[in-house]
Amino acid sequence: MNVKPTRLDRAVLAINACLLTLTVLVVIIPLLYVVAASFMEPTALLNKGISLNPADYSIEGYKLILGNEAMLRGFLNAVYYSAAFTFVTVVVSLFAGYPLAVDNFAGKKFFMTVFVFTMFFGGGLIPTFLVVKDLGMLNTPWAVILPAAINVWNIILARTFFKGIPKELNEAAKVDGAAEHRIFFGIVLPLSKPIIFVLALYAFVGQWNSYFDAMIYLEDQKLYPLQLVLRSILIQNQVDPSMITDRTAMAEMKRLSEIIKYASIVISSLPLLVMYPFFQKYFEKGVMVGSLK
Amino acid sequence: MNVQMEMKALTFKITNVYLNHCIRWIGGMNVQKTMRFMKTNYFLYLLIAPAFLLTIIFKYIPMYGVLIAFKDFSYSKGILGSEWAGFDHFAKFLNAPNFEVIFMNTLKLSAYGLLLGFPVPILLALMLNQLRKAAAKKNIQLILYAPNFISVVVIVGMLFVFLSPTGPVNKIVTLVTDHPITFMSDPEYFRAIYILSGIWQTAGWSSIIFVAALASVDPELHHAANMDGANLLQRIWHIDLPALKPVMAILFILSAGGIMAIGHEKAFLMQTALNIPTSEIIATYVYKVGLKAGDYSYSAAIGLFNSVINIILLVFVNYVVKKLNEGEGLY
Repeated sequence: MNVKPTRLDRAVLAINACLLTLTVLVVIIPLLYVVAASFMEPTALLNKGISLNPADYSIEGYKLILGNEAMLRGFLNAVYYSAAFTFVTVVVSLFAGYPLAVDNFAGKKFFMTVFVFTMFFGGGLIPTFLVVKDLGMLNTPWAVILPAAINVWNIILARTFFKGIPKELNEAAKVDGAAEHRIFFGIVLPLSKPIIFVLALYAFVGQWNSYFDAMIYLEDQKLYPLQLVLRSILIQNQVDPSMITDRTAMAEMKRLSEIIKYASIVISSLPLLVMYPFFQKYFEKGVMVGSLK
Repeated sequence: MNVQMEMKALTFKITNVYLNHCIRWIGGMNVQKTMRFMKTNYFLYLLIAPAFLLTIIFKYIPMYGVLIAFKDFSYSKGILGSEWAGFDHFAKFLNAPNFEVIFMNTLKLSAYGLLLGFPVPILLALMLNQLRKAAAKKNIQLILYAPNFISVVVIVGMLFVFLSPTGPVNKIVTLVTDHPITFMSDPEYFRAIYILSGIWQTAGWSSIIFVAALASVDPELHHAANMDGANLLQRIWHIDLPALKPVMAILFILSAGGIMAIGHEKAFLMQTALNIPTSEIIATYVYKVGLKAGDYSYSAAIGLFNSVINIILLVFVNYVVKKLNEGEGLY
């Protein structure tokens, strides 16, 4: 765009740049603060706050976190739940999206109505809880994987993508005598890598960051995903006594609880924050495809 | 007794209307043709079956389960065997001493959130759109989007450590005043903290869709306007902003329609014994009554009451926006 800026325009652009810089600072300072605090020596953090003196830094917080069994188990559980959930929801959404994209699919309207209606009305927390309970899924990983796996939005995303695949491909295959399942698995799915990627990323991040279903459906602490372990550390203030060697010393507990909080925030958020720039393109794609409907 | 008869009559009526509808629907189809299609394309039905089954089990059976809102549900008797209670549970909620507070808390939290939060992504997109250097724009976006990937537990955890009486924010506060502010346990601050942290986390990410809409504006328009002597602010106002209008309308309907559907996840985590006067909203109350206290029927009634309001709101907001936006609504 080769528009010539006037003096007023230049002033507006300068103010704009300042405001954006300010916004970036507002976003990034809390994040940097957490990272810096997590590497502080606990006593120094408590007394001085963040300091620039290298002597005040230590990795004590990380030693405590990484040596903690509950954290480690939560981490592994989260990986397991997120992977299983991602697999189930992506497969279900892709499978459902394909028939709905076939032009003359008999019952298309019926299925679409059944799916879309659930976006506007639902049974609510208690009736859903009772169904999960009646199925005997309470306190099993299934409770956090299956009920959330059906996501109408994902089905619509998949359908929109399949509709964009040129029909000539299907028709040519049909002329060659390929059966429906050969077309789907042999031609359509290999072309669908972008949408599979988008769906999988959203599913994984969503499950990794969720806590509510796990909180209501899981009782056994051994089954807790990372977010529930974090909740007890960060919000309920229950620092696991086993993290602190001297169990009776309240002062020691107080000294270490801050550093444990900061370090656990970093440890739990780091995988996503480090990974996301590489996948930014796909995440944005998800937003855009979704908005087309 | 009377209520029971009425409910039965109503159920009968609904079933009848539905059956008639189905018969007409099937009658309208070419049955033979459909059967032939289903036979040759059975694979398509196999594909859709898992999603269909999951939807029935986890979405439609709970809808049937909502019946317990009209019953005195006891687990041993089951849904059908429990006694009818009619609208007793709804009446109980509407007459409860804390009804007004909870209702207004829900409304205020999301209405203020919408009013404050809705313009921010739009402003961000307009600002980002003025950046000439693609690399700078991309790096800024990378930073602005990042908080969206932090979990709600961590966000609330950060609020607790930052705003604790000994936390960094109060270190600054105590420079000015002599005593720290108890942010997280003061009902006065709950809404502000909830809404501002929400904006901090999601505004960047929400701007994506507006940034994309702005990217599709024809540069020729700006060029022509510039020739006509329009300055930058005038061009933003008359070219960029109108380009965002359709997206704004849809997103506004969706968020305004969902105003009573505000999620419990964050409010629940931010709730402390002391900030309950402002932090108790319908969603957190449903959880407490239902799963903590075990009063399933009462809790289901409150939940149903909330969803009905949602649907009414969605229809109403869509109607209003359609009027204002020259016939362009959501449906």
